[in-house]
Amino acid sequence: MHSALLAIDLFLVIEKLVLIVGIVSISLVIAMYETYAERKVAAFIQDRRGPNRAGPFGILQPLADGLKLFMKEEIIPNTSNRFLFILGPCLAMLAAMMTSAVIPWGGTLNVFGREVNLQIADINIGILYVFGVVSMGVYGIMIGGWASNNKFSLMAALRGASQVISYELPMGLSLIALLMLTGSLKMSEIVGQQLDSWYNVLYQPLGFFIFLVCAFAECNRTPFDLPEAENELNFGYHQEYSSMKLGFYLFAEYINMFISSVVMVTLFWGGYDIPFINDTSLSGMGNWLVLLQGLSLFIKVAIFIFVFMWVRWTIPRFRYDQLMNLGWKGLIPLSLVNMVVTAAIVLLKANGWKF
Amino acid sequence: MQALTSRAKAVDRRPMTFVEKLYMWNILKGMMITLRHLFKKKATISYPEQKRPFSPVFRGLHILNRDEEGRERCTACGLCALACPAEAITMEAAERLPGEEHLYREEKYAAKYEINMLRCIFCGLCEEACPKDAVYLSETFAPSNYQRKGFIYGKQDLLIPNPKENPGEYWKAVGNRKANKEQSN
Repeated sequence: MHSALLAIDLFLVIEKLVLIVGIVSISLVIAMYETYAERKVAAFIQDRRGPNRAGPFGILQPLADGLKLFMKEEIIPNTSNRFLFILGPCLAMLAAMMTSAVIPWGGTLNVFGREVNLQIADINIGILYVFGVVSMGVYGIMIGGWASNNKFSLMAALRGASQVISYELPMGLSLIALLMLTGSLKMSEIVGQQLDSWYNVLYQPLGFFIFLVCAFAECNRTPFDLPEAENELNFGYHQEYSSMKLGFYLFAEYINMFISSVVMVTLFWGGYDIPFINDTSLSGMGNWLVLLQGLSLFIKVAIFIFVFMWVRWTIPRFRYDQLMNLGWKGLIPLSLVNMVVTAAIVLLKANGWKF
Repeated sequence: MQALTSRAKAVDRRPMTFVEKLYMWNILKGMMITLRHLFKKKATISYPEQKRPFSPVFRGLHILNRDEEGRERCTACGLCALACPAEAITMEAAERLPGEEHLYREEKYAAKYEINMLRCIFCGLCEEACPKDAVYLSETFAPSNYQRKGFIYGKQDLLIPNPKENPGEYWKAVGNRKANKEQSN
């Protein structure tokens, strides 16, 4: 038995390592270009042109921004807790990157006769893992705000913590309704069910909407960007940060945005399924189909990222009490109702529609 | 209380209904407005590649003129400095020596001619005062500079290129304003 456990499939290790490196670098590049897209979208919404000097159409702008952040002086305040101060951005970045492990990025690729699953870890509690890691992300904000030893940063950290905790509740509740329909926590199975039937958003429109609003709150994006409210807290929890440590915080926010778009697409919009086309009829295409499916996933994600930005540049920030009212008095009751109704329907259906 | 104007409207202070409290309809309306702005034509002019045309009466940097044979027209009479309300012009006169006839048109010329572009208000009175058509204002404005002394323009900055040696540059420097003016005369 021991020998069976120790017999590590070397190819599996290599395959997973390649996948991890690939997915991490893809998310980093996407986060980079999200900053560019954000500036462009903001500019276009405000009737401006946006960055267009670095390279054609300004596509080298994220590189220039990154270089600028790297070249800046690194300042650690005297009165801060040095260890925690450095730990903060690391945690934010780590939590942001870790979520991508359980996302099914596509079907099964056939490489030299080997079946390669485009999912790093197909664990049976996939969505719970996502929730666990995402809620760890708030430690980045809290530790950063606390370690800065600055009243504004501390206040922002408190706000961030309470906001994320409050909005995780309706998010989880709206998800329970979805999980009752799918009957599985496994991400690959949730996508698999949507591949040859309707998308989950048709069964759970309210659940999806609540999930979307909560995702905005979890990512600390504008209507809910209280932790970094510039005009109230002068930049909030990353006020004392400079150079790439600040860059990591900003980067983590964009990666979070990407990952939450991916999670939403996976759960509600059919993941890597190509819309309006029966994917199984195309199975003769082999690897090309898998690549097309990956592309369709990324197109859906891009649409969601655009929605994130569109909302950010449209809606002004909530006040703190409004935020809490919306979360506790609006979204939680709504998601509870959604859950109860879904549960009743699922039960009725299981009984053959007999009362 | 009587309203001050007929346009005054009472503020609606009714408590919000449940639907209004969800903000959904208003948020959707706002999103549609921003979506429309995405496709609007931008008012921006991409400056270095694309320049906004100047008005025909725009008065910019000064030019010290030469005649057709490339001789400086200025005789350092000082009328421009006298006319200048901002006292931006200073000059030093010198006498033309034998053998310098191809350089200066009259017997007297300006050895030093300086305009302080920080003082200048670009009113164009120097151009009007000049009896020799030696100084006029072009369509360019003073470029930025790191130091104050960089804004004091000497003769080498102001003098137009020689039409005989360098006709291309000369006609570029003459500019539309001067050309238009001569046409109307």
